Parts: sequence; C-alpha cells; structure tokens
Amino acid sequence: MRIGKVLQLSVTLLAAAFLLVPTIMSVLAGLTVNYFQGVRSGLTLQWVVKVWELYAGSIFLSLGLALACLAVTLVIGVPAAYALAHNPGRASRAVEEFISLPLAIPGLALALALLQLYGSYRGFRLSWTFILVGHVLYTLPFMVRSVQSVLAAIDLKTLEEGAASLGAGPARRFVDIVVPNALPGILAGALTVVMLSIGEFNLTWMLHTPYLKTLPVGLADSYASMRLEIASAYTLIFFVMIVPLLLAMQWASARAQRITQ
Amino acid sequence: MAFLPLAIARLILASGEGEAGWAIYQQILQTPRYLISLIQTVLVSLAVTIAALAVSTTAGLFLTRNRFRGRSVLLSILTLPLAFPGVVVGFMIILLGGRQGLFNTVFPGQVVFAYSIFGLFLGYLYFSIPRVLLTVMAAAEKIDPAREEAARTLGAPPHLVARDLLFPALAPALIAAGEIAFATAMGVFGTAFTLATNIDVLPMVIYTEFTSSANIAMAAALSVMLGMVTRAILFVARSFTGATVVAGG
Repeated sequence: MRIGKVLQLSVTLLAAAFLLVPTIMSVLAGLTVNYFQGVRSGLTLQWVVKVWELYAGSIFLSLGLALACLAVTLVIGVPAAYALAHNPGRASRAVEEFISLPLAIPGLALALALLQLYGSYRGFRLSWTFILVGHVLYTLPFMVRSVQSVLAAIDLKTLEEGAASLGAGPARRFVDIVVPNALPGILAGALTVVMLSIGEFNLTWMLHTPYLKTLPVGLADSYASMRLEIASAYTLIFFVMIVPLLLAMQWASARAQRITQ
Repeated sequence: MAFLPLAIARLILASGEGEAGWAIYQQILQTPRYLISLIQTVLVSLAVTIAALAVSTTAGLFLTRNRFRGRSVLLSILTLPLAFPGVVVGFMIILLGGRQGLFNTVFPGQVVFAYSIFGLFLGYLYFSIPRVLLTVMAAAEKIDPAREEAARTLGAPPHLVARDLLFPALAPALIAAGEIAFATAMGVFGTAFTLATNIDVLPMVIYTEFTSSANIAMAAALSVMLGMVTRAILFVARSFTGATVVAGG
C-alpha cells in the first residue's frame, strides 16, 4: 500500500509540474530582458508596456464583449432557467438539450454555420455584435445550468404559493422570490460566462475582422509574429485577468453547490 | 435562440451546395488527405482520453483520500488550465518543447517536439487533465471508503478491491469525464492552430479549406462529418458501457 501511495503522489506531482512549469516560464519570459540569455540579462517591464501599446484595444474589446455577453445571458438565461425549473417535463428537457447543443458542437463548426447564415449581411457581419452572438450561444448553457441547479434544489413552489397568496403577481414573484434565491447560481454562472467569453478563441478566430481583434485573437497573432518575450508578456496580462476570475468562479460554484446538497 | 437551429440547418445545407452535391461526403471518404486527417484526429483524441483518465483518476483519488499541507495549492494548480484558451495551451507546449523551449535548452540537441503529433497530444492532455480531474473528484467524494476498508479487513487484495468496489462506483464519472475529454479533443481548434502547422488534424483541415481554398462546401461537410463522427463514437462508447451519462463542457 505504501508503494502505491508514493506512486499516486508522484503522478499527481508530475501532472502538476507539467501544468505549472510552462506557466512559470511564460511569466518569467514576459519579464526578462532577453529570454535567450535567461533571467541573468535582467528583469524588465518593457515588454508589458510594449504589449499594452500594441494590443490595449483588443484587451478592452474583450472586456466589453464579456460584459455585453454577461448582460445578454443574464436577461435570457435566468428567465429560461426559471421556466425550465418551473415546468419540469418532457418539453423542458428537450429545450434544455437544445440550449446545451453548442457544448456538443465544435466551435469551428458553429462559427462556420453563423458565417453561412449571416455572413451576407455586411453591416452585421462587420460589427462586434456578430462576435457577441457567437459568444452568447457558447456561454448561455453554462448560465442556464448554473441557475437551474440552484432553483431545482429549493422548494420554489411553496415559496411562490406563499407569495401569490399574499397578492404578488408573476413579475413581482420573479424579482422578489426567484432571483434572490437563485443568486448563488447566478453569481457562479456570471463568473463562468465572463471567464469563457474573455478566453474564447475557437469561434472568435473565424468571426473576427481585422478591426475587431479580441484578446485571444491578439494572443494567437503575437504567438505567430512577435518575439517570445512579447508573446509571453501578453500571456502574462491574460493570466492576470483570468486567474482571479477562475478562483472567484470556483469559490462561487462551491458556494452554489453547497445549497444544492 | 432561433440562431442555433437555423445555423446548423444552414451548415448542413451548405455542405451539399458544392459542385459535387451530396456526393461530397463520398468524396471525403475517398480522398486520402481527408480520411487520414479524420483517422488521425480520432486516434489522438482517443489517446488523450485514455491518458487523461489514467493521470486524473490517479491524482483525483489521491487528492480526495489524503489530507496534507499544500493539498489545496496542488488542487488549484491542477485546475488552472480550465481558464486557458486553446491558443494559450499551445503556447505552453511551445515553451516546453519548442526551439527555445525548456527541453531544448536543458538537453541541447534536437529536442523539439512541440510541432509534432506528440506535441499536439501533450497540448490536448494539458487542457483535459483539469476537466477529467474535477469530474472524478466530484464522484470520488461521494464514495464511502468504509466499504473498501471492510473488504480489506476481510482479506481482499488491493487490486480486487479496486476492481470490484472502487471502479464500479466511479464508472459513471469516468465515462462522463472520458466523453468530455474526447469531444473537446476532437473539436478544439486553438491548440491545433498554434501547434499543428505540419499535422493534418480535422479542425485545421476545415480551417484551411475555408480560408485558403475558399471551399466552403467542403469545410461545411467536414464540420458536419466531425460532429457526426464524434457523436457516433460517444454513442458506441455509451452503449458499450451500458451507461447513460450526459456529457457537457
């Protein structure tokens, strides 16, 4: 048994090293004067500044897109999750499968489909809302599932009947009963949506235009055509944005999950 | 939400609008380049699924059943890539196995594997480990270790305890996790985009058909094919194991 445990620990540590070592290398490379000579050549912020000069636009575009995507998924996703939790049945399950479809389709195929369908509407094709549609389709299932799992765990019917008997109409019940109770699920879903939207590449690469480069599109661009230090500094900026979001998302999901158990 | 069914229907229709019509699917199966890239994509995805299941089940069980200092840090490191897009994962592999990468610096010589099929395999493994790990751990936490302890007290050797108690209890989670890993590896584009400059995997072939050759019908047909082959393999795996698990992510 002891040998077994040592072996398990080694596999775990090896896997962690495999994931962590390149991220540390990337952070170091982004802060080193000359990566080829190593850290001895000195530490600098010049590459980060350079990235900011080159790509600040794409960083702000991604932030704006993520917030817009969050707004849309909140407006569609929360009522949808409520409707699904409120009317369990075969029709609901079909709708649910349907909303989850983008999870099962490769992003590339979804992008091609959107291009086929709407590519000829020039105004739409060239506007940022085109990318937004792709992001919403991709992130919506995460919002719906997150909210739905919390709603399914509470006794919504009793709460709503209580409110209704006191004279609250459907809109009032949604705002005062459903939303507050679903809040942990909404929070976890919201952080997931923002995180996924900021990092989305598979769809966005196909949908973007030269004037609309998102953060990951810019990353791919820098990997292909910039020196390693600049590519690394850009990745470092991305890490600084995404890792706190990931930690917050994990915290919020764990909190939402405690309710459902 | 009308975007979605319309878009998918349009994609399927577009695949039949080329010169070849619906025979385009026959053309895919008869053109070695398409067929080989399809087979290659399936094989890499299967290899990644098996490797990710092996690594993440080992790590997941270890982290569920042992409490020690640094456990939560280790868990955070292992779930970190969840937030990384495919392109970033590709860059991580370049830092490990590229021309200026770790291995080529430590062992000067020709240790450049980032742009080979092995590099692609590592890239896919990189983003599959956390996804499989979380699914396995969620299931492992619900298993009562008392049953296994009882079996051990009664003299059952460890491999029998694992075979008869542990794995049957974990099976649904392993299938779900395997499905997620496989489906993601089949369709992910960003990692292939950074690494597979010389390798034909299906997402890259679709991309070049669409952009360089402007062969939209073929790009659409290959996308439909990619989706159908993924679904078909998952379906076979599911009926083979006799479980009904819905994958997602």
